[in-house]
Amino acid sequence: MAQRLFLERRTYRRNRLQDAARLLPILGFVLIFAPIFIRGTEAMPGAEGAPGLGDWLVYYFVVWVVLIILTALVSHALIRVSPDSAPVSDPTEDGG
Amino acid sequence: MLSFNGLVAVCVIYVMGLFGVAFLAERRAMEGKARWLNSPFTYTLSLSIYATAWTFYGAVGNAARSGLEFLTIYLGPTLVFMGWFWLLRKMVRIGRAQRITSIADMISSRYGKSGALAALVTVLAVLGTTPYIALQLQSVTLSFAVFAQPGTPGAPDAEQTAIWVAAGLALFTIVFGTRSLDLNERHPGLVSAIALEAIVKLAALLAVGVFVVWGVADGPSDMLSRIEASPVADAPWNGARWVGLTALAAAAILCLPRMFQVLVVENSDERHLVTAGWAFPAYMMLISLFVVPIAVIGLELSPPDANPDLFVLTVPLGLGQDGLALLVFLGGFSAATSMVIVAALALSTMVSNHIIMPVWLRLTRHDDPMSGDMRRVALTARRMSIVAVLFLGLLYYRLSGGADALAAIGLIAFLGVAQILPALLGGILWRGATRVGAALGIGIGFAIWAWLLLIPNVAETGGVMPAMIQAGPFGVGWLSPQTPLGLQATDPLLTAMILSLGLNTLLFILGSLFSFPSPLERLQGAQFVNVYDHSRPLYGWQGAAGTADDLLIMAQRILGAGRAGRLFQAAALVQGRTADLPEPTPDFLERLERELAGSVGAATAHAMVAQITGGASVSVRDLLAVADETAQIMEYSTQLEAKSSELVQTAARLREANAKLTELSVQKDAFLSQISHELRTPMTSIRAFSEILMQSDPLDDAARARFSRIIHDESMRLTRLLDDLLDLSVLENGHVTLHEGDVRLRDVLDRAIHAAGAQADDGPMRIVRDRAAEDVALWTDPDRLTQVFINLISNAQKYCDADQPELAIVVHAPPGRVEIEFADNGSGIPVRQQTLIFEKFARADTARGAPGAGLGLAISLEIMSRLGGGLTYVPGVQGTRFRVRLPARALRVA
Repeated sequence: MAQRLFLERRTYRRNRLQDAARLLPILGFVLIFAPIFIRGTEAMPGAEGAPGLGDWLVYYFVVWVVLIILTALVSHALIRVSPDSAPVSDPTEDGG
Repeated sequence: MLSFNGLVAVCVIYVMGLFGVAFLAERRAMEGKARWLNSPFTYTLSLSIYATAWTFYGAVGNAARSGLEFLTIYLGPTLVFMGWFWLLRKMVRIGRAQRITSIADMISSRYGKSGALAALVTVLAVLGTTPYIALQLQSVTLSFAVFAQPGTPGAPDAEQTAIWVAAGLALFTIVFGTRSLDLNERHPGLVSAIALEAIVKLAALLAVGVFVVWGVADGPSDMLSRIEASPVADAPWNGARWVGLTALAAAAILCLPRMFQVLVVENSDERHLVTAGWAFPAYMMLISLFVVPIAVIGLELSPPDANPDLFVLTVPLGLGQDGLALLVFLGGFSAATSMVIVAALALSTMVSNHIIMPVWLRLTRHDDPMSGDMRRVALTARRMSIVAVLFLGLLYYRLSGGADALAAIGLIAFLGVAQILPALLGGILWRGATRVGAALGIGIGFAIWAWLLLIPNVAETGGVMPAMIQAGPFGVGWLSPQTPLGLQATDPLLTAMILSLGLNTLLFILGSLFSFPSPLERLQGAQFVNVYDHSRPLYGWQGAAGTADDLLIMAQRILGAGRAGRLFQAAALVQGRTADLPEPTPDFLERLERELAGSVGAATAHAMVAQITGGASVSVRDLLAVADETAQIMEYSTQLEAKSSELVQTAARLREANAKLTELSVQKDAFLSQISHELRTPMTSIRAFSEILMQSDPLDDAARARFSRIIHDESMRLTRLLDDLLDLSVLENGHVTLHEGDVRLRDVLDRAIHAAGAQADDGPMRIVRDRAAEDVALWTDPDRLTQVFINLISNAQKYCDADQPELAIVVHAPPGRVEIEFADNGSGIPVRQQTLIFEKFARADTARGAPGAGLGLAISLEIMSRLGGGLTYVPGVQGTRFRVRLPARALRVA
C-alpha cells in the first residue's frame, strides 16, 4: 500500500508514541541487565565503597518504578491520541 | 494460637465467600450489569495467577538462599508487559479474531489447524503443569502443617488435606469453568473470584512486609543496614543465571497455559492491555517489594534449620501475630487455589478439544462439532478432564511424598512450556514459519527438556534414580542428563535451557525454510502475521443489551420482522424477562443459530452469530464451511431450475391437450347437431307421410303407393346413414376386422364400377380405364377396398358438373406402392373446402342438393389408413382428383 510521506501532525505524534511504546522494553533490558557488567560475577563484600545488596535492591526497585511510570505515561498518551479506538496500527509494523 | 479446626473453619468460610462472589459475578454478568468485570483492573488482577504459592512462599525462600535472583521471575514479565503494544496486543487480537481457546489452539490454528501439533502442545502443557499443581497442593498442606504444630488440637493429615483441597478445587472449576460452552470461553465468575484472591495475597504480603519493616525493624534505613549485615548479602551472584532466568520468565508468561487463558482467552477488551501494561508490573513490584526484608528478618529470628520457604508464615506466627499469620495463610491458599483453578480450566480445554474430542469424533464418525449433542459431549469431556488433571496433580504429590525436589519443578515447568515460544513468536511475526518447522522445534525441545530435566526430577522426586538415567542409556555417557554432551554442567537448568531452546529454534527455522506449507497454513499465516489488516479491535464486552439488539437486527434481516420478533419474545419469556430483549445465553444463541441456519445454512449462521457475540472475524474454516454450504444451495437451486423448466413443459403440453379437447368437444357438438339434423329430416318425412296414410281414407292406390315408396326410400336412407355411422365408428375405434387375401386390382375395380352402376360404356358418365396397367396383384381386404372405390366413383357421378362427365382411373406402380387416381373433368373442389372434405358430414358447396350424409370420404379415409395406405385429394389440376395409395406390403407382383 502506498504510504504518504507527510502525515498530519496528530498522526505523526501517534506514530512516534508507538515507536516509544516499542522502544520501552529495550530501555528496560538495558537497565535490568546493566548491573551484570558492573557488578561482575563475584560478590565482593569486603571492598570498600562497592554497592552492597541493599543498594542494588534499591536500584532495582527505583528502576522498576520508573519503568512502570514511563509505561503508564506512554500507554495512556497512546490512548489519548486515538480516543475512539485503541491504538491504531500503522501499516509499517506488520512486517514484524 | 488458632486451633486447626478454627483454621479449617476460616478456610471453609473463605471458600464459601469465593463461591458467593463467583455466583454473584455470574448473575450480574448475565444481567449485563457487572461493570467491574469489564474493568481493566479486574483483568490485571486476574493476571496475578502468575504469582502462585511457589512465588508467594518460595520467593522469600529463594531470596534467603540466592539474594536478588527471585527478582528475575518478575522482571521478565515486566519487560513483556512494557512491550504490550508490540507483542501482547497482537496476541490478544489474534486470539479474538481467530476465536482461540488455548495456547494449543493458537499454535494449531496458526499452522493450518494441525491436530497433531495441538495434541503435542497439549501433552507438553499437561506434563509441565501437573507437577506444578502438585507443588500448589504441597504448599497448602505445608501451610496447614505450620499451624498444626505439635500440641495443636485436631492434628492434620497432610494427605487428607491435599485430597480435600483438590476435590474442592475440582468442584469450583467445574461449577464456574464449565457451566456452559460459552462461545467466547469467558468465565466471569471465575475471573471475579481470582481477582479477589489476587487482592488477598497482595494484601497479605504487604501486611507482613509492613509489619517486618516497621514492626520488627526500625523503618527502611534500619532495614537496609540489616540487609547489608545479613547472610543474604553474601549470596552468590551469577550474571548468566540472571539473564537466563529473566528470559525464561518472560517466555513463560507468554506460554504458560494458565497465563494464556487469562491474558488472551478471558480478555474482553483490547484496551485493558493499556492499563495492564503498567499495572501488572506494579502488582509484581509490590508483591516482591518486601521479599528481601522478610527473608532477612526470617533468617535473624528463626533457628538455622527452619525452612526459609515458610518465613512468610513463620515470622508473624513466631512473633505472636496470629491474625497476620491467618491472613498470610489465606494469601498462600489464594495463590495456590487460583493457579490450580485456572490451570485446570486451561488444561481441560486443551485436553478435551485436542485429544478427547478428536478421538471421540473419529470413533463415532460425527461430522458436525457444533451440533447440540456434541456440545454436551464436549462439556462432559471438559469436566472429566478437570477431574483428571487435578487427580494427576494429586497423584504426583502423593508419589513425591512432599519431597523438597518438588520445589525445583517451578523453573523446570517454565522451561517446558517455553518450548512453545519459538513456534508462537515465529507464528505471529514470520509468515514463513511452517508446521513442519514448528513440529520439529517443539518436538526436539520437548524431548531434550524431558530427558535433561523432567525425567531426572520425577525420578528424584519419586526417590528412584535408575542407573540408566544416572549413567546415560546403554552406558553412553554423553546422553546422561547429568553430563549432556559430556558437559559437566554446573547449572543443569541453564544448560538444558540453552540446549533445548537453542535446538528448538534452530530446527524451527530450518524446518520452516526447507518445507512448503499447505494453502490453509499460508492463509492462516497471513491472517496471524497481518492480523491488524484483517480484524477490528474488540472494545469491551457490550454486555447483554447491545448484543441482543444487534442479534435482533440481524435476525430480522434474515427471518423477517415477525418471525424474529416471535423468536425473541418466546426466548425472553422463557428467561422471565417479559418486556425486554432476551439475554444472549448459550441456549438462546444455539436456538437462534438453528433458526438462522434454516435460512442461510449452519456455517453461515454460526459465523454471523459468533461475529456479533464475540467480535470474531470470520476464519478460513468458517469460509470453507460457508462455501461448502453455498455449493449445496446452488446445487439445490439448479435442481429446482430443472424441475421448474420441466413443469413449464408439462404445462405447455397440458395446454395443448386442453385445446385439443376443447376442439374435440366443439367437433362433437357439431357432429351431434349434424347427426340429429340428418336423422330428423328423413324421420320427418316418414312421420308426415305415415300420418297422411293413417288419416285420409279416400286415398287412391297410386298416391298410397307413392307415399309408401317415399316412406320406404326415407327408411332406406336412414338405414344407410346408420350403417355408415356404425361403419365409421367401428373403423375409428379400430375394432374392424380385415379379411385380407390375394386379389387383382382390376377385379376390384370391376366390382366397384359395377356396384356403383357406372358401366363403362352405357352410363351417363364415361369411365376411362387402362386395363393392362390395372393387372396388379394385391394383398388386401377386397371388400373394404371396393367400398372405397365405390365411394369415389359415386362421388364423381354425383358431383361432376361437366357436360360430358368423364372419370379417368389411372394406375401407377412406382417401387414399393400402388397409386390409383380417380380424376373427373368437372370444376373440382374450391380451394378453401379442400381441407374439409374428409371431415364427417362435410359437404362441398357443389354437393348441395345431392343426396348423401357426407360420411363417404371420412369412411374411405379411415379404411385406407386401416389398410396401411392413404387417400388424398390432389390439388392444382383440372377437375377433381383423388389418389388412393396402397403400401408395399400389400403389393404382390404376379
